Amino acid sequence: MDVLVCVKRVPMVGGRIALQGDRRRLDTSLLGFTVSPHEECAVEEGVRLSEAAGGSVTVLTLGPPEAVEQLRTAISVGAHHALLLETDRDDFGPLATTRAITRAIEGLEAERQSPFDLLLFGNEAADTADYQVGVRVAHALGRPVATGIKHLEVGGGSARARRTYRGTEELFILALPAVVTVKEGINLPRYPSLPGRMRAKKTVVATLRPTYEAEGLEMRSLAVPTTERRSAEVLGHGVEAVPPLVELLVKLGVIE
Amino acid sequence: MTERKTASAVIIGAGIVGNSLAYHLARLGWRDIVLVDKGPMPNPGGSTGHASNFIFPIEYSKMMFDLTTDSTAQYKELGVFTESGGIEVARTEARQEELRRRSSVAKAWGIPYELLDPAGVGDLVPYLDTGVILGGLHFPTVGVVDSLRAGTIMRERAQESAALTVDASTEVLGIDVDPVTRRVTRVRTTNGDYDTDTVAVCCGVWSPRIARTAGASIPLTPIVHQMISVGPIPLFAHTVGEIGYPIVRDVDTNMYERQHGGDMEVGSYAHRPIIVAPDTIPSIEESALSPTELPFTQEDFDPQLAQALELMPELLGDESVGIRYAINGLISMTPDGHPVLGETPEVRGLWSVAASWIKEGPGIGRAVAEQMTHGGSEIDIHEADIARFYDFQRTAKHVQERAAEGFNKMYGIVHPAEQWSRERRIRLAPMYRSEEALDAAFFQTAGWERPHWYGHNAPLLERYGDAVMAREAEWESRWWSPIINAEHLAMREACGLVDLSAFVELDLTGPRALEVIQKLAVAQMDVANGRVVYTSFLDPKGGFKADLTIMRLGHEHFRIVTGGASGMADKKWITDHLPGDGSAQLTDLSSAWSTLGLWGPRSREILAGTTPDDVSNEGFAFGTCRPIEVDGLSVLASRISYVGELGWELYVPIEQGARLWDTLFEAGQPRGLVPVGIGVYGTTGRIEKSYRAYGSELTPDYDLVEAGMTRPKVKEQEFVGKEAYLAQREREPVATLCSLVVEDHRAADGRARYPIGGEPILTTLGDRITDAKGRPSYVTSAGSAPSLGRHVLLSYLPTELAVEGRELLVEYMSERFPVSIALAGSAPLFDPANERVRA
Amino acid sequence: MSTVVCYVETENGAVLDASLRALTFARGLAAEATEVSALIAGPPGADVTAQLQSFGVTSICVLSAGGLTGYAPLALAKALAAMASRSEAAAVVAAATDHGNEVLAHLGALTGLELAANCTKAHLVEGERRFRLVRQRWGGSLIEEAVLSAATGLFSVAADSVQPVPSPAAGSLAVSEIAPQLDALDLALQALESPEESPGISLASAKVVVSGGRGVGGPEGFAVIEELAALLGGAVGVSRVVTSLGWRPHREQVGQTGTRVAPDLYLACGISGAVQHLAGCQSSKHMVAVNTDPSAPIMSRADYAVIGSVAEVLPALVDAIRARRSSC
Repeated sequence: MDVLVCVKRVPMVGGRIALQGDRRRLDTSLLGFTVSPHEECAVEEGVRLSEAAGGSVTVLTLGPPEAVEQLRTAISVGAHHALLLETDRDDFGPLATTRAITRAIEGLEAERQSPFDLLLFGNEAADTADYQVGVRVAHALGRPVATGIKHLEVGGGSARARRTYRGTEELFILALPAVVTVKEGINLPRYPSLPGRMRAKKTVVATLRPTYEAEGLEMRSLAVPTTERRSAEVLGHGVEAVPPLVELLVKLGVIE
Repeated sequence: MTERKTASAVIIGAGIVGNSLAYHLARLGWRDIVLVDKGPMPNPGGSTGHASNFIFPIEYSKMMFDLTTDSTAQYKELGVFTESGGIEVARTEARQEELRRRSSVAKAWGIPYELLDPAGVGDLVPYLDTGVILGGLHFPTVGVVDSLRAGTIMRERAQESAALTVDASTEVLGIDVDPVTRRVTRVRTTNGDYDTDTVAVCCGVWSPRIARTAGASIPLTPIVHQMISVGPIPLFAHTVGEIGYPIVRDVDTNMYERQHGGDMEVGSYAHRPIIVAPDTIPSIEESALSPTELPFTQEDFDPQLAQALELMPELLGDESVGIRYAINGLISMTPDGHPVLGETPEVRGLWSVAASWIKEGPGIGRAVAEQMTHGGSEIDIHEADIARFYDFQRTAKHVQERAAEGFNKMYGIVHPAEQWSRERRIRLAPMYRSEEALDAAFFQTAGWERPHWYGHNAPLLERYGDAVMAREAEWESRWWSPIINAEHLAMREACGLVDLSAFVELDLTGPRALEVIQKLAVAQMDVANGRVVYTSFLDPKGGFKADLTIMRLGHEHFRIVTGGASGMADKKWITDHLPGDGSAQLTDLSSAWSTLGLWGPRSREILAGTTPDDVSNEGFAFGTCRPIEVDGLSVLASRISYVGELGWELYVPIEQGARLWDTLFEAGQPRGLVPVGIGVYGTTGRIEKSYRAYGSELTPDYDLVEAGMTRPKVKEQEFVGKEAYLAQREREPVATLCSLVVEDHRAADGRARYPIGGEPILTTLGDRITDAKGRPSYVTSAGSAPSLGRHVLLSYLPTELAVEGRELLVEYMSERFPVSIALAGSAPLFDPANERVRA
Repeated sequence: MSTVVCYVETENGAVLDASLRALTFARGLAAEATEVSALIAGPPGADVTAQLQSFGVTSICVLSAGGLTGYAPLALAKALAAMASRSEAAAVVAAATDHGNEVLAHLGALTGLELAANCTKAHLVEGERRFRLVRQRWGGSLIEEAVLSAATGLFSVAADSVQPVPSPAAGSLAVSEIAPQLDALDLALQALESPEESPGISLASAKVVVSGGRGVGGPEGFAVIEELAALLGGAVGVSRVVTSLGWRPHREQVGQTGTRVAPDLYLACGISGAVQHLAGCQSSKHMVAVNTDPSAPIMSRADYAVIGSVAEVLPALVDAIRARRSSC
């Protein structure tokens, strides 16, 4: 059971997003980095599958040299191999990303002379949230894909992928090799262990340099939405705020 | 229209220190105190919020030990202290010796301890791989505290006594200062303004920024200290409460491991120093966790992971144990590692209470509250006085460089005389080049490069042979040379020339100059022009505040000369006592004057050869000063001596110092003059004469009577501390300062050992000695006395024990050596009648 | 005259509110009059037809394919492709629901067309094959202005950002079937549907949400949150910190990677208000924050605040509500 998981390095933001002066990128000078929450779960899912069925997990990212940090984190929680598609550009769009990832996967699969049973993605990246790379890669490789998956079982040549949509449980049965994009909540990711971290440090990360191609969708500027910075009306402190709060609930029609 | 309110004091910062200060001020009777913090209660997001919260009682510094002891008592009273025990483990032989040295200090301060072999450590910490260590030093009274809870309780107590209001989530916009009086007048916040004349800055890493709004500087820098928390640890599932196993300080790797519930917290001081510019500390909103919990930089911690795994392989190597929390935590570091406390020299009423660890927080709050209330504190915190810094030491570069160099020494083996390697050659005496040419071994004090000894004098070693008391063991030979003792002997034989440029010269002038100095000095100051007075300053409780010499240069002109290390604090003390109308003024002339010391039996001959003026004993009496001509220079000569020899201090304008050096050096060659370093001036010379040093023997903990420095009469004029001093003279002193000599230096391994300071003095049964006030007996100064051929230790002893000839022990590197009291009191060991000085 | 194709979702005989917003968006894409063709998965009832007509749909295509029993994204994508191609549509639009995004992603992959997801605004630049658009990043905490140069643009519409506005000039409506060419693989990608088994009120549709964060203190602290939610007829929500710590299940998570909620009342208890959390609850009509920190980020979104700890305030609130009810 060999799995490949794609992740993306994103900043960890707190209560406020700060932009650089050119308003085209985030000011990340005070921020740490991680992978998108859905992807953290994808890595965990891949590791669990390989632990249960035997096999390996390869983690792949398209990003700057520093993205090696995210690959090593994946190794430290149980992934085995890592590949960095290294670029200095921060404007790879969905199409260019798809192409780069597809080519890399084709290369890996040619080397190992067999496809990965499963390609895992996060449903969408925390920052750009384009929702499409997993689906496009699946099409490019001619494999079935289910998205937003919250429960996954793999065996007997197929993947049974479940999710819930508006009160209905949807089950997709995909013949392997398949592509699945998962959502946070599919599992609770483990923390890296110390030996895991030591392994991660020693792991050699392979590197490729993908080519960039411009596409039709082009970002022009970013802005933090101006919700009027209001101050919440303070109803009170501690238990003395309860009576005015009850009045408010009555006023809003929440209680009679 | 912003609301105008009044406060007796505004405390900025509600971490452990701010909360403690508020509580103690309230306890001391202050009312209308306001505590402000830009974060929420109970955890505003400063360093207290993520602290590792453990307390080891052991400290080399007496001040830090006292503050830690007091803080521990306070934490216990607040019900937030859990004893766990703690062990410092050694992986190397050098560390084993250091642990032995440390155990002797523990003995001196009265801290329970036990030196253990690896098996002994393993009994206490079963998950530690004892094969990795050579031994350990166990402190059973180590514990952990809930510092957030402690701060909250202290704050609430102050609020309950209606002494305190708390403005949380309130940011300080600025502090206003009256330009004429230089006094604080107002604090402006996002919640209104407060009129006040007292502000305490307790903001940890934000302190410099806040102080700057008042035009004052607080020299500290934020610096990263990494920590991670791993769990769940299966073994810890059985622990009831927060901690069940001793804390381990893996000092050779600059790390610690402490249990915290089901997790093991692992902290590191081993990584590269990561200085964070104060203006780049994120706001509460921008932070993912808090402003002092910054994103973790994994690569900086990786070597430590390996070392932690080495020490605790099964516990931490368990794959089910995950790294659940990892931060680059922010803490404050100062240039010398001590807190920065007290009223700032730049602004009256602005108090700095910054750069404290959890382990001193409550104690610091109390001490500063006492200072703010009484002008003095029970625990002597002069080592942490913010006034101690020179301007260059307050620069961002200096602070950062020192912090960076000091950071990795946190658990290091740091020799008491160890020199800094960065930020050197800042202040160079005019004769520096000549000293370099004489192969001076430069040590830095107050930024000055001072020769500690001269390589040029190496041939003296042969001349004096065994009398130079060479040392065998590495530790006491470090930052030392037998040349020092050879220089000493040469000076006593002929003459020595000493560079004293690091002196601080403060001129007190004006119609009320005498009034001011009379008020501060113990000695009578209304003396004739041209007299030199050696005197102490006392604090209101009669403890030592300063030790210096004063020359009366004119009716309204006094020149105060003090040491470089304490000069700035002394300057503030005097300045604070100047009248507000400008009728007495203090001018710092340290950078205008260079001073040389010329001492020895042949000093008069040498000087006479360079001056037409009368320098005979009749013509130039001891204890007087006057200008003389020396080889075309006008020199202020002062006949006093800190090395117990005939001679002078010679003051010359700084740009003429090189010439004076050359003149005297040349004139002295045919008469056996040698250049002599601070090794002699600061230690060997004075220790033979029982001259006390401020900061060693003379501290606020002791008084003039105990130090053996009283004069027959007390002047009738008022001076600070007089009342206390008079009372002290009425009583039998509880302790007496003695000079002891080592009787046998032989250690168990056959090598001769030489204690260098801080060691406990014990009874012949090996028991610790404390006086009726609970003060322990320990070596305050130690050094070779080459003229006597002995190694001398100064120590306070309970008066009933202070009898000449009494035999005692000194413990050094956990071995005991017999000593005996050579002298009780201040009589000199060498030349007891002071004939040389008065020649 | 432009044509815009729109994938429309229905449920229980009515058009999904999110699709109505998508239709509004679709109509506004071009300055000139727009033909809107809607694709729906099954035959429309009278209500659906009427709704679609009032929202300016001019033609309804019903997906017809043998072997389809459930939601089939590839089949829907192929139908959209056929509709777009034969009408030379300027754009294909869908609500940015899980289904909408998925179907458009497949459409993009099949045709090579580019998809701008989570848009709040888009306009065709007159005379050019270019769109100016505004879309959400970071779940809406960051706004992106972009340009899409394409003959046909694909857009998924962020529901909370567009108001559903019926068309002032609702005209005639044609209904037809569309039967795209589907192969075995297309048919294989289809959902086997069954009702979700989950007790209680659905978080996504709850009118009241009582939500707890780190300030609740621990799993035991949620007992009072559950109690309050039950009393108010609402659902329990949690912040991401709570699920990462394993205190509560992920299905209760409100946030960018959890559930987006738009209740009448959102009670944020012990929640600081990280950007990813606000992304999930910013559409709440009224928000009350209970927090010890009066300047926590949540306070710039909350309408009302109680400064205090959850452990102190909520039990008192529960008691007060109970007392009020028992005395009525």
